[in-house]
Amino acid sequence: MSHSNPSASTAHGHDHGHDHGHHKETFITKYIFSQDHKMIGKQYLLTGMFMAVVAALLSLLFRLQLGWPEDTFPWLESILGDWAKGGRLDPSFYLALVTMHGTIMVFFVLTAGLSGTFSNLLIPLQIGARDMASPFLNMLSYWIFFLSTVIMLLSLFIESGPAAAGWTIYPPLSALPQAMPGSGLGMTLWLISMTLFIASSLMAALNYITTILNLRTPGMTMTRMPLTVWSFFTTAILGVLSFPVLLSAAVLLIFDRSFGTSFYLSEIFIAGETLNRTGGSPILFQHLFWFLGHPEVYIVLMPALGITSEVIATNARKPIFGYRAMVGSLLGISFLSFIVWGHHMFVTGMNPFLGNVFMILTLVIAVPSAVKTFNYLATLWKGNIRFTPGMLFAIGLVSLFISGGLTGIYLGNAALDINLHDTYFVVAHFHLVMGSASLFGMLAGVYHWYPRMFGRMMNEKLGYLHFWLTFAAVYMVFFPMHFMGIDGVPRRYYNFTGFEYMAEWMDLNRFISISAILGSAAQLLFIWNFFSSMRMGKKAPMNPWNSNTLEWTAPVEHLHGNWPGEIPHVHRWPYDYSRPGAVEDFIPQTVKDDDLPEELRKPSVRPVPHHASKEAVASENMLFSRLLQALGLRKA
Amino acid sequence: MDATLPGATPPARKKNKLHPKEFLLWAFMVSVFMIFAGLTSAVIVRRADGNWLEYVLPSAFWWSTAFVLFSSISLQWSVGKARRDELGQLKMGLATTLLLGTLFLLSQWLAFKQMVGVGLYLVGNPSSSFLYVITGLHGLHMLSAVVVLFVIFAQVFQYKVHSKNMLAIRLGTLYWHFLGVLWIYLYVFFQLVF
Repeated sequence: MSHSNPSASTAHGHDHGHDHGHHKETFITKYIFSQDHKMIGKQYLLTGMFMAVVAALLSLLFRLQLGWPEDTFPWLESILGDWAKGGRLDPSFYLALVTMHGTIMVFFVLTAGLSGTFSNLLIPLQIGARDMASPFLNMLSYWIFFLSTVIMLLSLFIESGPAAAGWTIYPPLSALPQAMPGSGLGMTLWLISMTLFIASSLMAALNYITTILNLRTPGMTMTRMPLTVWSFFTTAILGVLSFPVLLSAAVLLIFDRSFGTSFYLSEIFIAGETLNRTGGSPILFQHLFWFLGHPEVYIVLMPALGITSEVIATNARKPIFGYRAMVGSLLGISFLSFIVWGHHMFVTGMNPFLGNVFMILTLVIAVPSAVKTFNYLATLWKGNIRFTPGMLFAIGLVSLFISGGLTGIYLGNAALDINLHDTYFVVAHFHLVMGSASLFGMLAGVYHWYPRMFGRMMNEKLGYLHFWLTFAAVYMVFFPMHFMGIDGVPRRYYNFTGFEYMAEWMDLNRFISISAILGSAAQLLFIWNFFSSMRMGKKAPMNPWNSNTLEWTAPVEHLHGNWPGEIPHVHRWPYDYSRPGAVEDFIPQTVKDDDLPEELRKPSVRPVPHHASKEAVASENMLFSRLLQALGLRKA
Repeated sequence: MDATLPGATPPARKKNKLHPKEFLLWAFMVSVFMIFAGLTSAVIVRRADGNWLEYVLPSAFWWSTAFVLFSSISLQWSVGKARRDELGQLKMGLATTLLLGTLFLLSQWLAFKQMVGVGLYLVGNPSSSFLYVITGLHGLHMLSAVVVLFVIFAQVFQYKVHSKNMLAIRLGTLYWHFLGVLWIYLYVFFQLVF
């Protein structure tokens, strides 16, 4: 379809919409190799949900080990075989579980599942475009992502086990195939899968940026875009700039693994043997990895923040507080995210001066983050709040963003980090601020846009139950970990029974494990609600939340091209809620000024009283002629 | 927040000068550049660690630089011919560019052989490993550009490239120039660090 010039699409666009809606599509082009952004969004969502279930199950396995390290579970052997001989997890498989849990959650669920779903669903619908700039590239991006998930999952089923070097795959564990069982084929499959993943993310990100910059409907200026679209935009920019650097790190790693180079390896002894590798530096990998790794944190978080802005403003029935500040803070966070990677490396023997620089830059991120938090709270202040499940999850995100963000100030401090590095304090910090907060943003998005995706409402009562159980479980699981971390309990350990000073944490560990099991079980409510509502949910009206944005003006039924007729034009920003004097408490973006009563119109230029403007012009002229006189260009 | 105030009349939509595909290509080139920015900064970081072997760059790189410069000139000349629908000369220009592109790749191969000749292998001091990996990766991109240009060359014979249909050749040329500039950046960088 030629959507390249939306301003020219009138009856032409109308025809296209119908062509795609009724004539050309077969089952395969509609549901499998679909080029429709809405369908691709659903594909991302379903794949992301499946991967989330896998990652949660993996985490339950290692929580079982941490909670009951001395017990045996014979049923484990029947599902895991040699990885759980006699009903106890194998230590190297424990490391593989942690690695795969992290990898799947960070990349497959919270990058592709979150950004992939909502960027695809919302960018064209909210900016008023018929589809992405390149629908084909969009489809390709999903299927390459799908291939990478298949390869990542396959690595769970090979004899030597999946990659086990942590999701950060630091060399030498990742660079020497003989280092540990997971360093062999498992690591190779990890690298292949991630290379495909990077290719897919880049294609998607290039498409998002191009679509947002080129295909906005008339009237949709950048400052009238919903904050969701702004967040997807900055996220995509981060992806385009940071994923290629991970690719270059991976290329060098592949050469070290397979062709015998020594980029990351030096003076290695393995099983009493000296390896013929000299001159490399494992720290080099950390620099390259974290140059992606830190922006990746915001790639995960920012879409969730954007979704929260939209859901909170809609359900508080108030304009978002500080729209420009929200956009500015997104840009600020994006910029800062590229120059703080060193705070992951404070204990690598970094020059203390450099450490100080990274520390100061890291703490500066607190400023835009606080701006966002303040604006969320100020939007809620005195709002006419509707506590829908989506709204609850959005407010939950704000809570997690605060409690997880505060500990970032501790960890960003180079001196404190020497103590806290690689302890459970870090685990608590990033699970709250990045893991759970983003997951809450994703759930808020699913509850809020479910009617847009499937034309039906989700069950509210189940939604409330799901929220409160999840919210409680998240705090019960991750909050106690702060105390363990301050006490120096290290992360990634298989068993703490060998250390006397950690014995006191045994009961707490068990409490965390039980909470994790309960929290995971609560997600079954969501999954049931999600799938059953597709058939049994209440039919949704076109605009169930009385929202202002464009996606609610398009019919729900599957229509490639989004709007059957002309694409709606935009006449205002998306947050005109509860304007005094208006008939209803929302004024959609499509409403023209002419349709509003006089007092609700605002002229585009502030009118200047006639005499005042004359004076202003006169004094400007005076100034100008004085200047000319001074320069000797005009006679006095 | 004036521009977002309700009721503000939308400013007249500016006509996008850039074709969306051209924008897509620019963004793609940014991401390709980031790969090389990552690799060259890795060289700087690694070099600062010491134990860094310095050597004279293979002379074949001079040839590479010359080929890449002349290929950009001949390709730009071809674009001019396409714009004036002079198809015969367009074919000649593209053939010349393809030849120069292939010569570039051959000269890279020759440079590798020269390196091996003086005992600088892929496996060894990272300074030589870096050279192989970085130039190899650039070579792969150059190979993709040669393929793209070959497709455009074939399209000329089907009368698909002419003054009314310039997009493909314009984008191909942009990508080609980008890889040329990237090579010159890499070459200057190598001169400075090796």
